[in-house]
Amino acid sequence: MPNGSNTKQNPLATELCGLKLDNPVIPASGTFGYGQEFAKLYDINILGSISFKGTTLHERYGNPLPRIAETPSGMLNAVGLQNPGVDHVIAHELPEFKKIYHKPLVANISGFSIDEYTETAEKLDAEDQVGILEINISCPNVHNGGMSFGTSPEAAAEVTAAVKKVTHKPVFMKLTPNVTDITEIAKACEDAGADGISMINTLLGMRIDKKKRTPLLANQTGGLSGPAVFPVAVRMVWQTARAVKIPIIGMGGISSADDVIEMMMAGASAVEVGAANLVNPYACKEIIEDLPRAMKELNIDRLADIIGAAL
Amino acid sequence: MDRQLLTIEANTPVTADTWHMKLTGDCAAISAPGQFINIRLDGFFLRRPISIYDHEDGWVSILYKALGQGTRAMSEMTPGQTLDVLLPLGNGFDVSLCTPHTLLAAGGIGMPPMYGIAKELCSRGITPQVALGFNTEEDILPLQPFRDLGIEPVIATADGSFGVKGFVTDAMETLDYDYVCTCGPEAMLKAVYEHMPDGQLSFEERMGCGFGACMGCSCRTKYGTKRICTDGPILMKDEVIW
Ligand SMILES: Cc1cc2nc3c(=O)[nH]c(=O)nc-3n(C[C@H](O)[C@H](O)[C@H](O)COP(=O)(O)OP(=O)(O)OC[C@H]3O[C@@H](n4cnc5c(N)ncnc54)[C@H](O)[C@@H]3O)c2cc1C
Ligand SMILES: Cc1cc2nc3c(=O)[nH]c(=O)nc-3n(C[C@H](O)[C@H](O)[C@H](O)COP(=O)(O)O)c2cc1C
Ligand code: FES
Repeated sequence: MPNGSNTKQNPLATELCGLKLDNPVIPASGTFGYGQEFAKLYDINILGSISFKGTTLHERYGNPLPRIAETPSGMLNAVGLQNPGVDHVIAHELPEFKKIYHKPLVANISGFSIDEYTETAEKLDAEDQVGILEINISCPNVHNGGMSFGTSPEAAAEVTAAVKKVTHKPVFMKLTPNVTDITEIAKACEDAGADGISMINTLLGMRIDKKKRTPLLANQTGGLSGPAVFPVAVRMVWQTARAVKIPIIGMGGISSADDVIEMMMAGASAVEVGAANLVNPYACKEIIEDLPRAMKELNIDRLADIIGAAL
Repeated sequence: MDRQLLTIEANTPVTADTWHMKLTGDCAAISAPGQFINIRLDGFFLRRPISIYDHEDGWVSILYKALGQGTRAMSEMTPGQTLDVLLPLGNGFDVSLCTPHTLLAAGGIGMPPMYGIAKELCSRGITPQVALGFNTEEDILPLQPFRDLGIEPVIATADGSFGVKGFVTDAMETLDYDYVCTCGPEAMLKAVYEHMPDGQLSFEERMGCGFGACMGCSCRTKYGTKRICTDGPILMKDEVIW
């Protein structure tokens, strides 16, 4: 079912807060740009949705180089939310996106104060192309902001409530795994009105340049993602799915159709695929095309039936 | 850019630490010298970016230095093995901007793109001058391909064991040129930059994807932020910010 239409017959269909997806596969924020590079390789309309690069109120250059390091079965990144700012995204990136992608998008938003989150969210909420707002309170690569909102239940709740006030679209709070108990943060977001949870962002890590005897990344630390983090992500999604009632977009290390099924059994209603796109630009396409095979092997008729099956 | 499965036809050492690899397969999309390929290696998560050395219909070749684990694994590969490669990547040198008195200057493993430019310029009736810098005589990369084009590269070695003693910039002092294309380590690029009236420079950066999706390789230029992998690796002299 390559161009799966959203009928009752589509075995890959899933749903996020009333938003129907042809399949659960969504490229993760920061690993798919604004779709242009991938649209040259395949019809990206096969994707369930797309989470575009983290957008902030003002333009950001991001961190100094090097920003990337390799790890066993994964990578560290310290891009630092490089983006042209929300006004530019609305004026240029979204119209370009419209030419290549015709389904609702996930708008990923970051900020350094509550006001920055709400102003950016309000602007993107007004865009028809945006189906879901994904509020990143978990970026480990920026200082004085980002992750610090995601490491305390009170601050996470505050951002959630403030964003909910200015938007009409479903709000998914994107959580960091760099906390003692992620379920506490998720519950605080749910209580403050969040419509869903996106998880996990990257795990804080470091590599040393052994010749120079200094941290390899200019930012010193970076976020770990890729297959190395998959079991951590599955565990956290599973714990969170037992703690909250709102839907979860699960991510962290997904690189195959079998990983998608495992993440959904752990409680995810949809998934995001991140680092895998960078090393295999066809990753999402191949995963979607392989899902029917993986489902058949596990006697799954409809993907939606297995959400939380392992809880 | 697309993904291709290429077959190793040859993989042979040319110095103590540098190998020449020839890969066959669909390479028709390569459009300019200085473009690179990004190679997936079993057991390594990220791909390895390597410049295109030479190519014709149906094959591409590279020269690579076995420095770390990935390139060392490459050096142990044998003909017949296949490699998953993204190609072509990057903008490449704009050869149409080269003058009749163009100099190609490289340090160490920055040499491969210089051969591609030389070949292209010669086909356009321009014979460029070539200056190459190496640490020592044993490190000198194959010069015959340049000689086959009718070019005798001027060589500098840091220890003076061959040619001019010093860096590539010392070799450049003996030459007369008004345009430079260069590739090599950043310190060398900076030194060459000081000696070039005008020209183009090829930069190296650690990459997440190599095709413009991750912002892992962004650098500041006078004309805004650019991604080394897609808007580069070649930058014009007038846009470089050090
Ligand atoms: C555009 C471009 C063209 C290049 N062309 C050539 C070439 O023609 N011949 C050649 O020998 N080398 C070239 N390099 C450098 C080559 O990519 C690295 O030497 C190689 O990636 C090292 O891999 P490794 O596994 O041996 O080293 P490791 O240090 O084990 O690699 C670890 C990680 O760091 C990255 N990395 C390490 N050194 C570099 C570097 N200098 N530049 C970019 N990434 C690095 C690797 O890709 C890998 O992701 C080029 C680099 C770029 C960006
Ligand atoms: C290069 C890179 C850039 C990223 N940028 C963002 C971002 O802008 N906003 C965000 O919420 N997450 C960002 N992430 C995190 C991913 O969206 C995802 O949560 C994480 O990488 C885990 O998934 P993965 O293991 O499949 O990559 C980025 C990840 C990578 C690798
Ligand atoms: S390496 Fe990913 S954008 Fe350049």
